[in-house]
Amino acid sequence: MVVTARTSLDAQKLRADFPIFEQEIHGKPLAYLDSAVTSQKPRQVLDAMRDFYETSNANVHRGVYTLSERATEAFEGARQKVADFVNAPDVREVIFTRQATEALNLVAYAWGLNNLGPGDLVVVTELEHHSNFVPWQYMAEKTGAGFRMLHVNEDGELDLSGLDEAARDGNVKVVAANLVSNALGTINPIEKLAAWAHAQGAIMVVDGAQAAPHHPVDVQALGCDFFALSAHKMCGPTGVGALWGRREILEAMEPFNLGGHMISKVRYESTTWGELPHKFEAGTSPIAEAVGLGAAIDYLNEVGIEAIEAHEQELAAVALERLGEIEGVTLYGPPADRRAGIVSFNVEGIHPHDVAQVLDSEGVAIRAGHHCCQPLMTRLAVAATNRASFYLYSVPEEIDRLVEGVQKTRKIFG
Amino acid sequence: MAEDLYREVILDHYKNPRGHGVMEDADAQAEGVNPLCGDEVSIYVQFADDGETLEEVKFSGRGCAISQASTSMLMEMVVGKTASEIAGLPKEALLEEVGIPLTPVRLKCALLGLGVLKVALHRAKGTPLPDEWAGLDELELT
Repeated sequence: MVVTARTSLDAQKLRADFPIFEQEIHGKPLAYLDSAVTSQKPRQVLDAMRDFYETSNANVHRGVYTLSERATEAFEGARQKVADFVNAPDVREVIFTRQATEALNLVAYAWGLNNLGPGDLVVVTELEHHSNFVPWQYMAEKTGAGFRMLHVNEDGELDLSGLDEAARDGNVKVVAANLVSNALGTINPIEKLAAWAHAQGAIMVVDGAQAAPHHPVDVQALGCDFFALSAHKMCGPTGVGALWGRREILEAMEPFNLGGHMISKVRYESTTWGELPHKFEAGTSPIAEAVGLGAAIDYLNEVGIEAIEAHEQELAAVALERLGEIEGVTLYGPPADRRAGIVSFNVEGIHPHDVAQVLDSEGVAIRAGHHCCQPLMTRLAVAATNRASFYLYSVPEEIDRLVEGVQKTRKIFG
Repeated sequence: MAEDLYREVILDHYKNPRGHGVMEDADAQAEGVNPLCGDEVSIYVQFADDGETLEEVKFSGRGCAISQASTSMLMEMVVGKTASEIAGLPKEALLEEVGIPLTPVRLKCALLGLGVLKVALHRAKGTPLPDEWAGLDELELT
């Protein structure tokens, strides 16, 4: 092996927890370098969900029977785990959603629709995933509010000097940003953005989907008002995510989805809303999935989120160096010490989808595309990039194979 | 396997696209994107005096090798045919020409140019569009 990066966790050993690595792709071991789009799942999470279905399955908050109580306990236990994981002051501030996208839409609709209007401004960043961009763009259009974008510099880092310019012709009511950019791995200065937002009288909405799996999260230290995450990016199942929101804001908000469970009293004349968090959880929640998210959080805590982050940063540094040595490769984003485990790059004259296709034939899975970040791609003046992203189970050998695959692609396209 | 996909003829069309360029005063024109790859293709058509036969076609755009090569091949296939012949051209005819195994995702790359051409002819001549592209004024494959 060419690479011998030292890591503070034993990724090779952790890989044994992930059944998906027990297969070959095109006759080669699977090198999964696309964890930024979704992570693989450890046996511990799969077992927890299976165990829930086999021993505790019932609807929550409904029945008076033992099984329903057991299900409710498991579901609410998962909520507590999420609250602890992001250091929420109050467990009632954690709302289960389908994923981070739904969590952000919840804020855009339930808060934005009732608090935005002409003369107000929504400020998003050029690094946003469409999930924290499109809902705000749409809500601004619906309400007559202005929509502004904070730009990035050449390193793909936010240029905060543009903030006051963005605020010039209106009242800033919302600042929306991700903590970690899914396209470039940039770690954004949310504390500064939140302080600025609050000085304008705005709320700070953080898309934490790419941060929560890899980076310690403390919503109180960040100073934000909302924080969204998705289970499937952090070793948990698809179909569940969570929104943390500041209690006084959540309490003042109108509901998002309407229906069963979210009510207090329903009369023909009118209906009153339930208490937090139920007000925002209409219908049957993804219960087993929430239990799976809880198990994923246990797993991440066991491995140690700081160790995970350090491991990924080391891999990213190696990947940046190795890819940078290949002729014709352009790297995007900040230097290794200021980014998460995400490496975006292009190979001169070869479309990312063609690079990814050749890599697939070598058993190496990377993402090729716009990463749901078309405004950023426009800024970088590219249609798409290749993106390799790492997680706790990524090993240096996979970077060797990535590099070899890129070299092979260059040979084919000669 | 990668070698099968990027066989010589594909790479040749990708590197030396036929009919590449922009046409001023085209009789028919449309553009389309494949958001998945970020492929973009614009197609320009000039009809012969009969107003039906494609006398000249050009395309511009950028994207992956599959999308650009298949559009280039399409340019060679359609000159001399009438608008209604192309409207009735099954996608299999182009795929046979492309001649490589494609996953559903890459199929969209390969068919982008054909879809754009059909939309251009639909706009100019009212020729029918296949169901999956019906009603589109600008093609966006999703």
